[in-house]
Amino acid sequence: MKPHTLSVLVENKAGVLSRVTGLFSRRGYNIESLAVGICEEPGMSRITIVCIGDDAGIEQVMKQLNKLIDVIKVSDLTDNERVERELALIKVTAEPGTSRAEVMQLATIFRAQIIDVAAKTIILSITGDTEKIDAFEKLLRQYGVKELVRTGRIAMLRGSKVLKGGK
Amino acid sequence: MKTGAKILVEGLQREGVETIFGYPGGVVLPIYDELYDSSLRHILVRHEQAAAHAADGFARASGRVGVCLATSGPGACNLVTGIATAYMDSVPIVAITGQVPTSLLGNDAFQESDITGITLPITKHNYLVKRTEDLGRVLQEAFYIAGTGRKGPVLVDIPKDVSMRSIEYDYAASEPVTLRGYQPTLRGHAKQIDKALEMIIEAEQPVIYAGGGIIASDASEELVRLAETLVIPVTTTLMGLGAIPCDHPLNLGMLGMHGTRSANYAVTESDLLIAIGARFDDRVTGKLDSFASHARIIHIDIDPAEIGKNKKVDVPIVGDVRSVLQDMLAKLQKKKSYDRWLARIRGWKEKHPLQYVSDNCLRPQYVVEELSSLLNGEGIIVSEVGQNQMWTAQYFCFRKPRTWITSGGLGTMGYGFPAAIGAHFACPDQTVFDIAGDGSFQMNIQELSTVASNNIPVKVAILNNRFLGMVRQWQELFHNRRYSFTELPPVDFVKVANAYGVDGIKVESCEEVVPALKAAIETDGPFVLDFRVEREENVFPMVPAGAAINEMIGGKQE
Repeated sequence: MKPHTLSVLVENKAGVLSRVTGLFSRRGYNIESLAVGICEEPGMSRITIVCIGDDAGIEQVMKQLNKLIDVIKVSDLTDNERVERELALIKVTAEPGTSRAEVMQLATIFRAQIIDVAAKTIILSITGDTEKIDAFEKLLRQYGVKELVRTGRIAMLRGSKVLKGGK
Repeated sequence: MKTGAKILVEGLQREGVETIFGYPGGVVLPIYDELYDSSLRHILVRHEQAAAHAADGFARASGRVGVCLATSGPGACNLVTGIATAYMDSVPIVAITGQVPTSLLGNDAFQESDITGITLPITKHNYLVKRTEDLGRVLQEAFYIAGTGRKGPVLVDIPKDVSMRSIEYDYAASEPVTLRGYQPTLRGHAKQIDKALEMIIEAEQPVIYAGGGIIASDASEELVRLAETLVIPVTTTLMGLGAIPCDHPLNLGMLGMHGTRSANYAVTESDLLIAIGARFDDRVTGKLDSFASHARIIHIDIDPAEIGKNKKVDVPIVGDVRSVLQDMLAKLQKKKSYDRWLARIRGWKEKHPLQYVSDNCLRPQYVVEELSSLLNGEGIIVSEVGQNQMWTAQYFCFRKPRTWITSGGLGTMGYGFPAAIGAHFACPDQTVFDIAGDGSFQMNIQELSTVASNNIPVKVAILNNRFLGMVRQWQELFHNRRYSFTELPPVDFVKVANAYGVDGIKVESCEEVVPALKAAIETDGPFVLDFRVEREENVFPMVPAGAAINEMIGGKQE
């Protein structure tokens, strides 16, 4: 059992996401992370799914995904060189004179951006792989994380190889 | 200008549909208005579930796409069991449902249900048509998807305003269907086929395990030719019965939970299993680790997801079964003699024939055997689910594909009678029998009204034991004879049939069986036979749940 990163190219139509995610729950798999958005092909979307399972189980899920009429291509990026990113928005307590300077310093170290400043809180935006965001969040916790929003993971193969349509 | 309803009805006719099964309601009024003076034949069922099963029975008997029609909400929901039944057995049907107007969608409107959501896991694909402009294309796609690749049900949900609105549309001028996400592989990979042929030559004890895929792709001829050319024995699944004649010397009969001992022993002892259009279902394999555990496996199937799903495969071949078998036949050069293996199998067949106690009691197997010899391989046999189904599978001699229609995957009680109605419209010249239990028959008994009012000559042979027999059998064998809620009160089915205007005979002794069957066959219209059979007869042999398939119990002459 290990996390698999799947990239699923689909028709950009109503209901496609529930067809795709429904398959996972039906076959007993939990989706750890999910990201959906339009892609380079007009009329298509790309879904990136992180799912924990054994190789045989994931293979079965991929085959079943491929059977969906609205799914154009399914790729497992797990064993390939790839880049992965997540984005998080974190609203953290940072009062002037107490913790604000330290929080801003941490943001600089992690190359996070300050995107909103209020009297007692600031909002930070950070991108990176899961581990980096986890580490940043852990460090901020001592100052008081008021709210945290994270996107799903997106991934892309390194190098010139691309994942195009056509089953 | 044409309304959506007209586009739909014309589209159905363009797709070659002659008969549909349905039930009207509020939001399908525009469609029913169009049907009123259409040449499309509409059969009014008495419950929407029957419409779905009838479309399914039609599809299985004809090899064409069956069509059913229901209104929104309860109508659509009543189709669900029928759609799931078709999905599990890969049967091509198009289910058309009405939906509340688009302006009310998601509003909890009267008779609204999210039927595309509900049927998501039990359809090959489904559509909610939101614009009349899309209707023609969607219908074409629906038929294309249902009837190609691994076949299956497709649902098309049409809101009332979509069927009422008028647009310019010409079905004939529409472009052929292209779906970039749906391109089934039909031709088998040449190198894989070569590998399979090599493996067959290397084998000493090969067995062909043939499933419903043979029937679905009309590959029976190719299967028999391959078996005969290579002289390899064949066992079929429940869904594959009829793919090879029952009395063919190479046929071992059905395998699995209620299969023949010879089939189960042969698979267990085999060193090469050639699975063709079959999916290693748990009712076939029993304990998976022990199933064909000495064998290398060749698996031919149109659905790549079936390959390696339950059992590791040595040579996978993805493709249409018929096309792959044709390629194999064209390439066959070397042959090999498996004489010693065939002799062993003959020994098993002789030592372990299917048998039941023949005495003066009215035994259900006897009824099936007599019907089999009267029809002599002709006619279409439909079954319900449970003991009636297994006895029919064991004792009816099927000689041709598409003459055996049963709910295999889902095991839907109440399937048989409406499916028999569908089969009749597919093959109006054939005698159609539904072999039923008293439990199953009562799940769609209201269709007596449909057969009576349309004079549909379907014959129902009820093996009436006043039990939910298969469940009772399990309670007898595994629950200490504690018959928890499996005993049914006596029903006089002849009287029920008469009340609907259908003739029937009650049969209580062996001597009456043949005359009663003959009377049913000779009657022009529908007919009900109420066989009061031995109440606690069991289906044997049997593989207990979780056991290996060669660990069978029962079925030996006392």
